[in-house]
Amino acid sequence: MSETVQVAALIDAATDGVEFDGLRVEDTTYGYRFETPAESHRGLSTDELGDAATGNEYVANWYYWQHEVGGEDTPRRAFLRWVEHATGDDTVPERLDALRTDGLSREWGELLVTAHIRDGEHVYEVRHQENAADDDLETYTDPLDARQLVKHDDDGKYRPLSTAPSLPHGWVFTGLSGEALVRTVDFIYPATVANWHREREGELDVTHYREAADRQSGIYEIVSELTPEQLEWATEACCVDSQCLKRREWEYDEDTDIDTPAGGGAFPCREPCSLFVAAARKFVTLERDEEREYTFELTPTEKEQIEDIIGAVADGRTDEIREADVNDGANRYRARYLRAKRMDDRGLSGTPTYDD
Amino acid sequence: MSQALVIVGHGSHLNPGSSEPAFTHADTIRATGAFDEVREAFWKEEPSFREVLRTLESEEVFVVPLFVSEGYFTEQVIPRELRLNDWSPDQWESDGTDADHVTLEATDVGKTIHYCGPVGTHDSMSDVIVQRAKSVTGDDDVGEGVGLAVVGHGTERNENSAKAIYYHADRIRERGRFDEVQAVFMDEDPEVDDVTEFFDAPDIVVVPLFVADGFHTQEDIPEDMGITEDYRTGWEVPETVDGHRIWYAGAVGTEPLVADVILERAGDAGAAVEHAIAAVREETGGVNAVSD
Repeated sequence: MSETVQVAALIDAATDGVEFDGLRVEDTTYGYRFETPAESHRGLSTDELGDAATGNEYVANWYYWQHEVGGEDTPRRAFLRWVEHATGDDTVPERLDALRTDGLSREWGELLVTAHIRDGEHVYEVRHQENAADDDLETYTDPLDARQLVKHDDDGKYRPLSTAPSLPHGWVFTGLSGEALVRTVDFIYPATVANWHREREGELDVTHYREAADRQSGIYEIVSELTPEQLEWATEACCVDSQCLKRREWEYDEDTDIDTPAGGGAFPCREPCSLFVAAARKFVTLERDEEREYTFELTPTEKEQIEDIIGAVADGRTDEIREADVNDGANRYRARYLRAKRMDDRGLSGTPTYDD
Repeated sequence: MSQALVIVGHGSHLNPGSSEPAFTHADTIRATGAFDEVREAFWKEEPSFREVLRTLESEEVFVVPLFVSEGYFTEQVIPRELRLNDWSPDQWESDGTDADHVTLEATDVGKTIHYCGPVGTHDSMSDVIVQRAKSVTGDDDVGEGVGLAVVGHGTERNENSAKAIYYHADRIRERGRFDEVQAVFMDEDPEVDDVTEFFDAPDIVVVPLFVADGFHTQEDIPEDMGITEDYRTGWEVPETVDGHRIWYAGAVGTEPLVADVILERAGDAGAAVEHAIAAVREETGGVNAVSD
């Protein structure tokens, strides 16, 4: 924005006083007072105030946040300020200098968000943080494209959970305005900016499992049957960093904590999500099964092999097991050999699952 | 004061295409500029109903359910998840197809929420069904010598689901545009399996009143009608069955003119959308449909 416009806006705002990021302007009986950490003037006429403000970085900074970003107290503004490190110890000239040269960045889940000043304008870009150094990325400029882009992972699998750590690679959104940046991030990780902001303001509304479960109806009504111990297993299955980048803030209820680590994510999880509730419903029905004893014949290595297979599936590691790595218990040939040897149409070791 | 539109749909944990119609219609409406913010939200995807309102800066929010009928979702799940605490289904004063709008406050965000009836029961949905018949036959004058079958899921869990189908079938029949109009269902009589028995007309346009194409519209219904033996091998439009040519349209919710119905819902609830409605009808081929 042109300096004339910025200066005119400042003179306008001076009547009510300005105090922002080290800039202070006041309209006193003795004329204007104009102050930054670097300079201090008093008794200025309107023209003199204009002269002092022209080309001043504190004024440019004030104008950007108050007039271009606006949105006092909104998550959008707080997020942009955080991205630009505007809440840290650096002075305005140091920060603007960094924005003009290398830019300032933050990590947000798997995203790398970077702010720059180019030709006097604040522009933002966002990409997968593992693509930080890559310059042969597919370039996008419309936030709406983000919805389709993150719908599938690198292998083309549908991602029903937006905060699963499986964000696809190879793209970058560039030249975004502050508003467009926040929209892009919100399409990639919906509602994370809003909840992060609430948490910073001390206003995050957490709904613990019991309360969320008691609210459910229809086929999900049964999820309140999950016991604290089963919830422990369920969160270990679904809510750890390897499965979801949100940091779990909810517990079983206000008085009963869950031991599963909450996760190290930048943004909070304020209540069980729909995927978790759907999984919980399945866990409840599984827990209704009564235990019974089965007798199998297995060699020790075959028992270990079954444990290896469960581990490989649970950790999503099956794709990584090399075709010829027959030393891995979850290797496909090993699994097929075990099936050929130990399973028939009556089940494992010829043991029927149900009594006839 | 700025106004926002939220289109709430079902979404899916398994099928990525389920949320597609909500995205597409949202984009059409966004392009009109009638709302400061337009957002999609889902029961099974994100942002969830539970979190969507806090992502908006507008104080005035119009919520339009992209659902076919009144019932469990529109009366229980959506208002509960949006924290519309003063809500009660009685506020619709509806017998199953009359839900219009109610103005409430969402307790976690302190915003004014104009909660609208579902897209599927709005009067202008009849126009979309007709528009669908036009687009699938490629004939703007479609009607003479043609029967129209409106397909619904049936009453397995929700009695209002059939009401919505009969409502539109009756309205379209009264216009006299098609030789015959018949409501048919997947799970109750009259069944879509026997669709050719219900029509004398040589051509039958079959329009499922479903929001998104998926399992039912792309697998069950085509196989039930006999236009294909195995959905995986596909089918022709039209396909001949028992001497009738069946023009199968797929889910009506994917018709671009549905964006108009969403706007109408918001407009009925007080949103300033007149110009947007005109622009969307122009854009989506709905100009003729409404003047029929």
